[in-house]
Amino acid sequence: MTASDPRPVGEDDLHAFVDGRLDPGRRARVEAWLAAHPEAAARVAADREVRERLRARLAPVADEPIPARLRIANLAGSRRMRLPRRWPSAAAAALLLALGGAAGWAGRGAVPGPGAHAEPMTQAAVSAFRTYVVEAAHPVEVRADGSTDLVRWLSARLGRPVTVPDLRAQGFRLMGGRLLPAGDEPAAMLMYDDDRGTRLTLYSRAGPTGGRGVFRYARADDVAAFSWIDAGMSYVVTARTDEARLLRVAEAVDAQVSGKREVAR
Amino acid sequence: MDDLAVLIEPQIPALRRYATALLRQREAADDLVQDTLERAIRAWPQRREGDLRAWLFAILRNRYLEGVRRRRGIEVGPEALMEIAEVGVDPEAAVGARDVLDGIAALPEEQRSVLLLVAVEDMSYAEVAAVLAIPVGTVMSRLSRARGRLRAFLDRAPTIVTGHLRRVK
Repeated sequence: MTASDPRPVGEDDLHAFVDGRLDPGRRARVEAWLAAHPEAAARVAADREVRERLRARLAPVADEPIPARLRIANLAGSRRMRLPRRWPSAAAAALLLALGGAAGWAGRGAVPGPGAHAEPMTQAAVSAFRTYVVEAAHPVEVRADGSTDLVRWLSARLGRPVTVPDLRAQGFRLMGGRLLPAGDEPAAMLMYDDDRGTRLTLYSRAGPTGGRGVFRYARADDVAAFSWIDAGMSYVVTARTDEARLLRVAEAVDAQVSGKREVAR
Repeated sequence: MDDLAVLIEPQIPALRRYATALLRQREAADDLVQDTLERAIRAWPQRREGDLRAWLFAILRNRYLEGVRRRRGIEVGPEALMEIAEVGVDPEAAVGARDVLDGIAALPEEQRSVLLLVAVEDMSYAEVAAVLAIPVGTVMSRLSRARGRLRAFLDRAPTIVTGHLRRVK
């Protein structure tokens, strides 16, 4: 076989040979041709060496587990995915631990470890979310038309001032609220929605006294929740959305409820 | 959103590998991948049917080229980018044993990307043509030039044992 063969071996054949892209028949032909052309065979050998070295050099990168920050769930819909700057780094670290630890939360029981007191409340909040977000006619007991009435009503029933956070900056409008049974005391649930009909609830009730907890994350199927305690109250925000967006909501709620309290003092 | 994760996440290891080969710095590479994924998520509703892998790699490469333009602080056309050689090359890495990544870093980006996508990412020549938005013939000619340069790189490399049939004019 020579270069004047009716179907001569071309450079494209040699590349495809190096890259293992020839069918067996063509490959045999190219091998036979290379046997008769040592200079070309040397080039092919060098090309193969480069190929193998490149692959070996870069293989470890692709074998690594995907960093959490590149998970789609941690990115979706977000332009910037950074932990809020004002958080102390310890709180940020605790949040990340909670993210990791809460993965198996759905269905099968409680997240072990400290802070498990938030667990039943998160479950109650998620249950309430599931019950009422699908409600087309009466998702809320009291509509948000005049939100001062809503605030007054909820505050009276809970026996403590209830703050209704403004989440318009996060894209959510207040729909209204309702009272829910929660053991000895009632819980308040506020509902919000966005332009695409995504509904979000803020569940709050008297919680463990004292302390200021970190944000805890839980996911049950497609429902995500952040919970935390602050100044004798427990809060859970719940929505069918991604963690990043929900975290921004939780942060905004936290800032507003704690800000109001400081002003009131 | 779960569908998106199921479709896209299997591509992330390869995207990181490509980004690492382009940038050499792991943090910068992951920044690039993150930027790529965020772009992909936002552009998802507009995505036409087609090769998802090629689409993601094309986004990554375009983001990379935009980053290069930004760092240079000038507005340049794509043709001016063809001669971009080393980006993020660690100067110390060139001192000791020769890293094959130094070899590809010395290639113009257009050749480097073709070689990486073909040799490391196992893309077909047609797929590479789709990623780079160039004809297959251009892919082949860039591949030829890339391999020609890298043979020369290997020959100059002092730490490489030259085997049989290695000497080429």
